[in-house]
Amino acid sequence: MPHTLSVLVENKPGVLMRVASLFARRGFNIDSLAVGVTEDPTLSRMTIVVAAEDTPLEQVTKQLHKLINVIKVQDLDPKEMTDRELVLFKVNAPPERRHEIIEIANVFRAKIVDVGKQSLTIEATGTGDKLLAMEDLLRAYGIKELARTGKIALARGSKDA
Amino acid sequence: MRMSGAQALVKSLQNEGVEVVFGYPGGVALPIFDALFEVESPRTILVRHEQAAVHAADGYARVTGKPCAVIVTSGPGATNTITGIANAFMDSIPLVVFTAQVATHVIGTDAFQESDMTGITIPITKHNYLVKRTEDLPEVIKEAYHIASTGRPGPVLIDVPVDVSKGEIDYVYPENVNLPGYKPTFKGHTKQIKQAAALIAKARKPLLYAGGGVLASGAWKELKELAELMQLPIVTTLMGKGAFPEDHHLYIGMPGMHGAKYTNYSITETDLLIAVGVRFDDRVTGKLATFASKSKVIHIDIDPAEIGKNKAPDVPIVGDAAHVLSAIVSELRKMSAEPRTDAWMRVIDDWRARYPLHYHNPDGVLMPQYVVERIRELTKDRPTVITTEVGQNQMWSCQYTHIREPRTWVSSGGLGTMGFGLPAAMGAQLGRPEHLVIDIAGDGSIQMNIQELATAKINHIPVKIVILNNGVLGMVHQWQELFYGGRFASSILDQDVPDFVKLAEAYGCLGLRVRTPEELDAALLQAFEYDGPVIVDCRVPATENVYPMVAPGGSIDEMLGGIPGGPVSEMLDDDSLLEEVWE
Repeated sequence: MPHTLSVLVENKPGVLMRVASLFARRGFNIDSLAVGVTEDPTLSRMTIVVAAEDTPLEQVTKQLHKLINVIKVQDLDPKEMTDRELVLFKVNAPPERRHEIIEIANVFRAKIVDVGKQSLTIEATGTGDKLLAMEDLLRAYGIKELARTGKIALARGSKDA
Repeated sequence: MRMSGAQALVKSLQNEGVEVVFGYPGGVALPIFDALFEVESPRTILVRHEQAAVHAADGYARVTGKPCAVIVTSGPGATNTITGIANAFMDSIPLVVFTAQVATHVIGTDAFQESDMTGITIPITKHNYLVKRTEDLPEVIKEAYHIASTGRPGPVLIDVPVDVSKGEIDYVYPENVNLPGYKPTFKGHTKQIKQAAALIAKARKPLLYAGGGVLASGAWKELKELAELMQLPIVTTLMGKGAFPEDHHLYIGMPGMHGAKYTNYSITETDLLIAVGVRFDDRVTGKLATFASKSKVIHIDIDPAEIGKNKAPDVPIVGDAAHVLSAIVSELRKMSAEPRTDAWMRVIDDWRARYPLHYHNPDGVLMPQYVVERIRELTKDRPTVITTEVGQNQMWSCQYTHIREPRTWVSSGGLGTMGFGLPAAMGAQLGRPEHLVIDIAGDGSIQMNIQELATAKINHIPVKIVILNNGVLGMVHQWQELFYGGRFASSILDQDVPDFVKLAEAYGCLGLRVRTPEELDAALLQAFEYDGPVIVDCRVPATENVYPMVAPGGSIDEMLGGIPGGPVSEMLDDDSLLEEVWE
């Protein structure tokens, strides 16, 4: 079952490698990983999605805690978190089918960010499910290229002390 | 004060109280060695191979509890330290390894003798650093020693590019470290401690299971206090040997693959396992499902990741062993708890009498176990440190020595590193100059770092190497005999090659040969009295195996060899003594 780990780390060189290699070493496959600096420029937040049973995952989170540069590890409860992902789709779009695609984008509150002679590039954000649904619809037109950020997430406000 | 990075490094070592550096120079390490050349302390010991430098620092740390320093050059000098670092990491030994590095502006260009040391050592260090600015050096060194020696100890590596050690700074050594992500838990949780005390107070068949964490914490006094207060029988792991005096009546041996039968039976039958500073290693537990399966488990460890890793405890306590044990003791005192283990101890003593460690000792044949026993008897009245190599020599040393003083047993546990014993003995000798230091070795293992005889000779480090020379890679040979149909693939050496007596002499050391039991005592005593390193080449039969033995993956009460008996379940029926504690 997929877990979403929110890992607060020191913003220092090599930290990503320490974290990523820990998962590999303990036999876990990372589904997605997103890193960015936080409101405090000395800290970064990593959002790591990993498919694992609870017990082995607990061992990994404990090992993560032991890394000197790791400050906090949270295994986010899916019901108690807000998560988003950003995807760029470059879709086959001959002029006669553009309007259909734009309509789909509108339904999903996505934006057209580039228009080519035979393609459209759409920027979409949302939860994994929503983006998957959109991807399904766009596949009919032919997706030329796709890039996604991986999930980022925060615990909901009610979780704050 | 204005000084170079290299001088700042040395000054920081002085500030950390480092008395000895084990090292080997090379191109980009020269500024550091040049700075060491100017100072009286730390003393620099030039080894003959970088792996040995790390093992020596490891041995030093095991007998003193303090990290010293290893300094080597980049590239091959640095990669040669890997086995030593991995060994220290597995056994949670504090040390700081400085690897010189190519200049910062050529890092990443495949420069001569460049290797990515921080990358390579991530999985085998507690933490590591690549220092990119000279002004960062003092702070990094301060942090490194702090991290290495606190919490669950471990090795820390600092990679120092040559321009960083050549650069100049105004030297200030920080007073404190600022590590927001590193705050080991020292004090155990009060509620858990109370729960543990309650379980201990009412247990009928409790058993203490103590490991290296007790030695790391310096908790042997508290451990003894608890054991004696409640009359708890105690086993110590290979890493925990010395945490409890082995001539004490409550001491019942080392558990696991080559534990005595009575030791393993006790674990199988206990109703409360009090695990302190241990990690339920597979060599101890055998088949996990049957390990202490009738028992509640209290697990005390400073590393939260060890709790529940292999065996789920009923009472987990994260904290420093000394602190937690003394809190449990005062809790038990408050409850006026009384020992209830009288009947249980009688059961164990009965097993001990019926299934002692045992070997055949025919006339005129020098048996390896006999050699270890004689070392034990002849050193009874003098402070002694025993180091071992890895293999049969190590297991016989575990079985037949009686370590009585904490931090006088030095053996490679988790990694099982052949070639560890001699360099570790050198480090131990420097850490404890007044002790007699003996490396109990095998003829295979000793050859993996035999070049260190030169280091020992030249630096007047008078270690005594007793080789149990059976002409084979004994433990491999034993497994091949038992599990591979007697096909001795690549495990046959030659008792006469090398000639260890001549080899010792070639290094300017004393070499002695012992072929019969009658010659043994005189040779050992001569070695112990000799003012310098000695090899005692003991010719023992290759046919001797380490028994008893748990087959890999088997239950620890089902053992091969030794005096017949077991598994415990089958023995219980005809055992009236047990009835008493059963009720």
